[in-house]
Amino acid sequence: MKKVKIYITLKQGVLDPQGRAVQESLNTLGYSEVQQARVGKYMELLVDDNEEVEVKIEEMCSKLLANPVIEDYKYTIEEGVVQ
Amino acid sequence: MLQAPEITPEVIEKDRLYRDMGLTDEEFDLVKSIMNRRPNFTETGIFSVMWSEHCSYKTSKPLLRKFPTKGSHVIQGPGEGAGIIDIGDGQAVVFKVESHNHPSAVEPYQGAATGVGGIIRDVFSMGARPIALLNSLRFGNLTTGRVKYLFEEVVNGIAGYGNCVGIPTVGGEVQFDNCYEGNPLVNAMCVGIIDQKDIQKGIAAGIGNTVIYAGARTGRDGIHGATFASEDLSEESESKRPSVQVGDPFMEKLLIEACLEVIHHEALVGMQDMGAAGLTSSASEMASKAGTGMEMDLDLVPQRELDMTPYELMLSESQERMLLVVKQGQEQGIIDVFTKYGLEAVAVGRVTDDNRFRLIHKGKVAADIPVDSLAEDAPVYHKPSKVPDYYKKFQQMDDYYPTVNSYSEALKALLQQPTIASKEWVYDQYDSMVQTNTVVTPGSDAAIIRVRGTDKALAMTTDCNSRYIYLDPEIGGKIAVAEAARNIVCSGGRPMALTDGLNFGNPDKPEIFWQMEKSVDGMSEASLKLNTPVISGNVSLYNETNGQSIFPTPVVGMVGLLESLEHITPSFFQTAGDAIYLIGETKPEFGGSELQNILENSYFGKAPSIDLDVEAKRQSQLLEAIQSGLISSAHDLAEGGFAVALAESLFDNNLGCEVKLAGDLTVQLFSESQSRFLVSVKQEKRDQFESLVEDANHLGYVTDSGTLRVNSSEETIIEESVESLKALWKGAIPCLLKSRD
Amino acid sequence: MKFAVVVFPGSNCDRDMYFAAKDALGEEAELVWYQTANLSDYDAILLPGGFSYGDYLRTGAIASTSHIVKEIKQQAELGKPVLGVCNGFQILLEAGLLPGAMLRNKNLKFICHFEGLKVENKNTMFTSAYKDGEIISLPIAHGEGNYYCDEATLQKLKENNQIVFTYTNNPNGSISDIAGIVNQQGNVLGMMPHPERAVEQILGGTDGLKLFKSIVNNWREAHVTSA
Repeated sequence: MKKVKIYITLKQGVLDPQGRAVQESLNTLGYSEVQQARVGKYMELLVDDNEEVEVKIEEMCSKLLANPVIEDYKYTIEEGVVQ
Repeated sequence: MLQAPEITPEVIEKDRLYRDMGLTDEEFDLVKSIMNRRPNFTETGIFSVMWSEHCSYKTSKPLLRKFPTKGSHVIQGPGEGAGIIDIGDGQAVVFKVESHNHPSAVEPYQGAATGVGGIIRDVFSMGARPIALLNSLRFGNLTTGRVKYLFEEVVNGIAGYGNCVGIPTVGGEVQFDNCYEGNPLVNAMCVGIIDQKDIQKGIAAGIGNTVIYAGARTGRDGIHGATFASEDLSEESESKRPSVQVGDPFMEKLLIEACLEVIHHEALVGMQDMGAAGLTSSASEMASKAGTGMEMDLDLVPQRELDMTPYELMLSESQERMLLVVKQGQEQGIIDVFTKYGLEAVAVGRVTDDNRFRLIHKGKVAADIPVDSLAEDAPVYHKPSKVPDYYKKFQQMDDYYPTVNSYSEALKALLQQPTIASKEWVYDQYDSMVQTNTVVTPGSDAAIIRVRGTDKALAMTTDCNSRYIYLDPEIGGKIAVAEAARNIVCSGGRPMALTDGLNFGNPDKPEIFWQMEKSVDGMSEASLKLNTPVISGNVSLYNETNGQSIFPTPVVGMVGLLESLEHITPSFFQTAGDAIYLIGETKPEFGGSELQNILENSYFGKAPSIDLDVEAKRQSQLLEAIQSGLISSAHDLAEGGFAVALAESLFDNNLGCEVKLAGDLTVQLFSESQSRFLVSVKQEKRDQFESLVEDANHLGYVTDSGTLRVNSSEETIIEESVESLKALWKGAIPCLLKSRD
Repeated sequence: MKFAVVVFPGSNCDRDMYFAAKDALGEEAELVWYQTANLSDYDAILLPGGFSYGDYLRTGAIASTSHIVKEIKQQAELGKPVLGVCNGFQILLEAGLLPGAMLRNKNLKFICHFEGLKVENKNTMFTSAYKDGEIISLPIAHGEGNYYCDEATLQKLKENNQIVFTYTNNPNGSISDIAGIVNQQGNVLGMMPHPERAVEQILGGTDGLKLFKSIVNNWREAHVTSA
């Protein structure tokens, strides 16, 4: 098995009201050094071993997991994971 | 995590482990005598949840028996998932209120969300389509970050769940007082509608019939939630966080549609939701009610986690699960319905004839208990009761009389009190219109839902002024029922029945038990007088934080019937030129008033008096006037008295008013005397109105000035722009939430 | 005229849409479960509001991958009217039938009330019964109605008159106050406000009824001339 870790964030330039709320809230708590916060999603997939994993993951991200109109994604693949 | 296998029955007794689960020494002895042996770990757990206050009502049962529960229109009183009322044409209304206080105190979003989910299941498990949700909420004052967080997240949780399942949240109330700071109250009410021929009951009838488990898989969430709800909140509760369940409204929505399809299936015998104490209570109650037994193979129960013990499976409070009993041999037809909605449904057991509740796990008997002992034989306690010292002191006090320097300033201050201020910040987050039947949306005295395909409508409300109940539980209990009925009448409905959400402190304290007793007495008397039987309800005790009890808060959820859509009456003034009347007399009554709260920052003295005969007479006369088409608008007088009601009546149509008061102006403006209504009447209907309604006093007129003007016999005492009063009233809660401490 | 109201798991305005088409409008309407393969018997397709698949992942995202959405695309290509309201709009965006995407409301809260709208384009099969620039009032009820698209897309929407409704008092942060848009062909409309909730006076207004009437009128005209 492979473990795929996928990170999805709003594209730079797309307003992120949740991120802004987090930033404001941190600033209110006294963390004035926080200049920006962006909130995204993190997903873990356990995938059967096969050679095309990377191609498939790329497909999954663009087809469903992320919306390319507003979101960016990146992922890492860990080999040889035992469930 | 407690592990079942290593703990033998001997160890449970010797180390008194049953105490950790909530059983007393006496109760454990009773279990032993019922079983004729020591119970094993799973059995001890099952007894402890079934005998918890939440499931058995062991403390409150003697009091609940006092409630009037019968009436010619009552189809189902307390005892099933929810009560049912006949509304004619072969249709019926199903409703119930339930609390989720303790879970909401530790995890407000999920606590509130699953509270909503649970009460919805109570309604659709009877076969009814849920058509409305209401919420009765109590929080501390909005001054600390923690209270603001609880308030925001509870509202968020209610919205998150209710909006997703597609049931409009149409009303309720929110009040703020210090006593709720550590122990907020979250009571959710659901109303459903059903054709009487489709009514389902939660019974496991028919020996050999199959028990089917449907919905979400069972995980370790909420284990011992029912006993958790029956303990005081303490600092330790924070660390009990894992026992809070997580809701999945999407699953619930599918479950609603599947169950409402299944009720038309000929093979269905009974259905009940898995609420508090999960599989244990639903299964044992269904068998006990039918006079049968049940055997379940726990290995067949769909499981979300690995290596779950029988104890965990039976006590889990995972959400969105239903238990069905179906005719043997016809399981597939039922299972197919759930499959259509992508839901799991599996046969897990069968109905037996031996009145035993038997559980098999990995080929061994994990529990074998006489089924009636769990439900019917639960111990009942008659707790000692004692008149509290504070009450004696309050009764001896001279009547409280507030000093008001400026009537205008007092009115403005009242309108900004969070309990009185607009709750738009709250209800704007609720989908109040889905299902397209909501005629009167939140913000009025009662919400109104039309019954599609008929000329009828339902009015619904929740009410409970706990300050009066704290000052005098018996009078306060009467007022709670009367106020709910008043709200129904003002909207044009005839009060039909009520559901009670009884929230109290620790009943082991005689003073608290006295509050329970007296408020139930008061509510019973009013229910009888106003012909609104109690058809369902819920009890939540131990609402205390570090030994400090909440005010006694027996929430009244009431439903009324409008025979015609023509009777729908707004609470806001409608047209300039209409005459303004106050129905009822105003006495100097300020004990427990909002003005007392502002000026003294506490509540003391006597509660306002109430005469139920007068109340009943005024309500029936006003309703007759409404039904005769004489009333343009009607609003009941509550917190803040006449002045607040007058201002509120102006907050919709950009109108104004001019009224003239005589006598003690502080009393006339701000007293909270009961059984009063503010109505507006068209000029040409005044004679007819006055001859029909006895205690109506003409005070002035609706104007188009945009100004609220109150005159005494000598001078103008209040002159304020309605727009600016409305801005204060609307802005108060958002403003409090924004200010950081 | 026969309307299909497509029901996804988690749709919750499906019955409202059905009643609007059937009772208020007096046309034929059927609830169509999402596993239905073929929509060719229907003259128009309505995608109702709700929380399809719990709105998990993103609003409308999972529903947009279901087979029936392919069928809806094909019917749309034939020129049939397709109306997506609220979650239905979100599904149309995710499916690529309309450009852009939805973000959370700027205040991060679900909002539900009547909101003022301006009819920006009355020359569509959905809006011909309105007056140009007419101000109407429809309920909104959403947590993610903050419409977003990039600058180039916005220019194209404007140039092609694809912006059909705008908010008079933007409640959610939508770019250019956009409340509803059509595709370039003009037969697929997505909008966040709920016209099906405003078809009876007793429920607070009838401004939504004209939208449904426009669909019927245009369909009748087309079928009378072609017949």
